[in-house]
Amino acid sequence: MSVDTIKFALHLADNNLIMSQRLSEWTGHGPALEQDIALTNIALDMLGQSRNFFQYAAQLINEGRLLKEFAPGTNYPLDEDDLAYHRLEHQINSHLLVELPNGDWAQTILKIYFFSQYQQLMYEQLLQGNDAHLAAVAEKSLKEVKYHVKWSRDWVLRLGDGTEESHERMMKALNVLWPFTGELFEETTWNTQVFQHQIVREKWLQLVSSTLDEATLALPVLPTFQTGGLRGVHTEHLGYILAEMQYLQRVYPGNDW
Amino acid sequence: MHTTCYTPADIWRLLEQVSDPEVPVLSVVDLGIIRHVEVSDRQGGQHAQVTITPTYSGCPAMDMISANIRMELLMQGVHSVEIVNQLSPAWTTDWMTEAGKEKLKEYGIAPPVANLSACGSSDVNEESGIQCPLCGSLHTHVVSHFGSTACKALHQCDDCKEPFDYFKCH
Repeated sequence: MSVDTIKFALHLADNNLIMSQRLSEWTGHGPALEQDIALTNIALDMLGQSRNFFQYAAQLINEGRLLKEFAPGTNYPLDEDDLAYHRLEHQINSHLLVELPNGDWAQTILKIYFFSQYQQLMYEQLLQGNDAHLAAVAEKSLKEVKYHVKWSRDWVLRLGDGTEESHERMMKALNVLWPFTGELFEETTWNTQVFQHQIVREKWLQLVSSTLDEATLALPVLPTFQTGGLRGVHTEHLGYILAEMQYLQRVYPGNDW
Repeated sequence: MHTTCYTPADIWRLLEQVSDPEVPVLSVVDLGIIRHVEVSDRQGGQHAQVTITPTYSGCPAMDMISANIRMELLMQGVHSVEIVNQLSPAWTTDWMTEAGKEKLKEYGIAPPVANLSACGSSDVNEESGIQCPLCGSLHTHVVSHFGSTACKALHQCDDCKEPFDYFKCH
């Protein structure tokens, strides 16, 4: 067991949790009942994946007696809820992309497409990795992610190559989100052993370029990308998400219903 | 308190009484989520260890299913029950029993079709060829890949026009 594995498991859990929390804001607000249900199903899958990674991280933290390092202020035995509800902004290592506001429908589906396509490629690499537990969660998650990719990709094509307005909105969404996609492939001290970022990046770019091309959307060219999430430096949006998500557990710690 | 002496096969039979809370016509055995059963003798009576695997990562029914399995076995006289969650190999609809697929169809849900499906392939391509469970027509189309629960998609029949749930191949 290594501290890097815990950090990486927490990062995967955080990404899924924050993405899920954001998407669930759409509950009851989708443009059509079927799409509302699709979004909540995707959010639920991500929450489930998040739980699997948190449970693994909690197990490793308990075994290694590393509570002070990862979740100060909590007690042994640590569980998935402690990790979701009692860590602060700077302790959360999700990518900036997932905390961005949903925006309109175009921005929401493009965000899901970028993220799911990344998740699919990353999970495929975890399957080959040397951590059997991470591989097992990846194997389970992959089956779900394929549906997310398909659904969001279909929407990108439909809106990008749709009406004048839908095309315009997709272009706007692309310009908002693109600067946050580079961080998905950022290497740091604790994630390099687990998967090869360059390979995932190349495949991702190839797949995404082909989708955007088919959707008649021009790929933006940017010299640099926004980063910070892996160091716990976030946009102003994450604090608000946590304030809402963690409120009850902070006011009534350990409360159950 | 009566003493029991169940074999693993007996436990499997008892588990057939535990239904999926979201699709109550299916038992947990039909669903294919029971991976392994072991029984051992402990002080006080028999101990059963049941290994289950989740259908979907976020399936909210899993906690209830675990509780129901425990309850059923305890009620049948097993002294203690341990539920082990196993993620790999990941659950697939190929593990659903033929009897289970028949029950689904009678219940009005189209059972997973493995041969045209996503199972095993990298693509998700279940657009057509799903048989309407109501009139039997193959002229159907997908309305949404996501349905009323994580394991189902929404389809519609082009002949009888009825919308229906399809248990996704997974």
